[in-house]
Amino acid sequence: MQGKKISRRSLLGGAAVATVALVQTSVGKVLQPIQTATPPEDPTKTVGPLPSKVGTRSPFENSVRKPSDISSRTPLQDMYSTITPADLHFERHHAGIPTIDPNKYELLIHGMVKRPMKFSLHDLKRFPAVTRTCFIECAGNFRTGKEDMTPQEILGLTSQSEWTGVMLSTLLREVGVDPKSTWFLAEGSDAAILTRSIPVSKAFDDAMIVYAQNGEAIRPAQGYPVRLLLPGWEGNTNVKWLRRLEFGDQPWMTREETSKYTYQVGEKVRQFSFEMDARSIIIYPSYPGKVEPGYIEIRGIAWSGRGKVNKVEVSTDGGKNWEIANLQEPVLSKAHTYFRYLWHWDGRQTEILSRVTDETGYIQPTLQQLKDARGPEMGGYHLNPITAWTVKRDGSVWLKPEEFKKL
Amino acid sequence: MIRWINDNFKTGIAVFTLLAVFGCGHNSQKDWPDSFGYGKTASKADIIAKDIDVRPDGVGLPKGAGRIDTGALIFAEKCAMCHGVGGKLVKGQKLPAPALVSDTNFVKRKGNTVGNYWPYATTLFDYVRRSMPYNAPGSLTNQEVYDITAYLLYANGVIKKGATINAQTLPKVVMPARKYFVNDDRRGGNEVR
Repeated sequence: MQGKKISRRSLLGGAAVATVALVQTSVGKVLQPIQTATPPEDPTKTVGPLPSKVGTRSPFENSVRKPSDISSRTPLQDMYSTITPADLHFERHHAGIPTIDPNKYELLIHGMVKRPMKFSLHDLKRFPAVTRTCFIECAGNFRTGKEDMTPQEILGLTSQSEWTGVMLSTLLREVGVDPKSTWFLAEGSDAAILTRSIPVSKAFDDAMIVYAQNGEAIRPAQGYPVRLLLPGWEGNTNVKWLRRLEFGDQPWMTREETSKYTYQVGEKVRQFSFEMDARSIIIYPSYPGKVEPGYIEIRGIAWSGRGKVNKVEVSTDGGKNWEIANLQEPVLSKAHTYFRYLWHWDGRQTEILSRVTDETGYIQPTLQQLKDARGPEMGGYHLNPITAWTVKRDGSVWLKPEEFKKL
Repeated sequence: MIRWINDNFKTGIAVFTLLAVFGCGHNSQKDWPDSFGYGKTASKADIIAKDIDVRPDGVGLPKGAGRIDTGALIFAEKCAMCHGVGGKLVKGQKLPAPALVSDTNFVKRKGNTVGNYWPYATTLFDYVRRSMPYNAPGSLTNQEVYDITAYLLYANGVIKKGATINAQTLPKVVMPARKYFVNDDRRGGNEVR
């Protein structure tokens, strides 16, 4: 750059000048065209960027997560289909993201097993592999209370990926689990050394030890290099940065399954709610979008931790009448499923909502039904209520907020 | 609870057997060797280096005994900056971490603290040792963890001043909220609970 100062203004500047930037190539730093959000008037008159090592999004697209101190939410309203781009997958961690050297990584399996073993990342990748698409949802994924809330703000702690790894049952053939073992402990290597107790039945059902996400290595925020995947189960049990599995004959009653991730139901506290209950939400139209009278394709996602989505119904009259929405094939078990419903809006104020029924026959409840069933002290975990949007005469769309006290 | 675990366990074995007989679709398991031979046997040292958990029956607790007074001093020095002075919520003050101390009244509680909500005393030792303090995780000695555990149980009114907290007594501490905890028994189907 020395002796050749180029101001940002001139880089992005006049229409007659091709947009260029200093780019590192095999022959050193050279001026190359790059894509910016200030397009030339006629793209056919300007040579564009040449091939590169790693791609970027269009500068016109600015889909981003919404971070807080403890989590970061997926912009669900921006999703055209059900795979979440890995860099937009929601985050929830309890002591930051650890940096783990993949060459030093080891998974230890011990306790009630014939042969305690340790597996390197290389070892794990040699086993017969399986790829599975499923959602991961945080058990505390519900906010309401204001009209101006987006799907991201209401329930952005759910995302979907195509995960690849080895079935946990494949690894368990190597160590030989004692048939008397009923629970195992999964432990991460973050600074919280997060632990959860998991029934052994899940290990033999569909649990996976995964090292890849959407075709590439798992992102650090999602557990690089290895995480536990428990399809359909609350996000917290899908332990990231997995370092150890111990087999035993009772739950460990860790902090995450006693003082957290438990909730009052009537006069009792419910613990070990593993499966995520069926849920759906309309993501288009939604706040802060605006629509015009005429045909509107209502779009949304539905999912269940207990299996496949059986059907999604949409109401465009505040819940009086319900119509069946189209489900995008293939409908996968324990996976976000896209639904669409063509609606002709006459321009009058109304409410639109969706409700899912899963393959067990479970029907997504309203918040009032959940309150009635669990009592006034129900807390904030495992809530999956129907979400209603108000479409006003001016075409603006607003969340229909509900009364909700979080203990 | 035992029955629920056993039922689930049997279902798991049944599914596993079916998969083993018919294969998964993508893998023909009948062609698999008894062992792939990948991975190494873990030594005792490998296990000891990472096996830090403490169970409700006390397995995993080290030697030593908690001192309430010393625990109070350590708490003031290393914990109060996030969990509040004495671990208590102060009205109008937002703490960076949950308050830990109130009383033992589950029914009338305003927030979940150790005395009114935590169902197992062993969880305190396990969690403090593996995760705390937030700004220096894993820096406490076993003695310090015992001291803090004893202090928090005392401050919440769970144990009395002269109580001994060690590997034998900690699992026997009956937490006041323990009796309220029940396993989720929902299994899908057309019901809202």
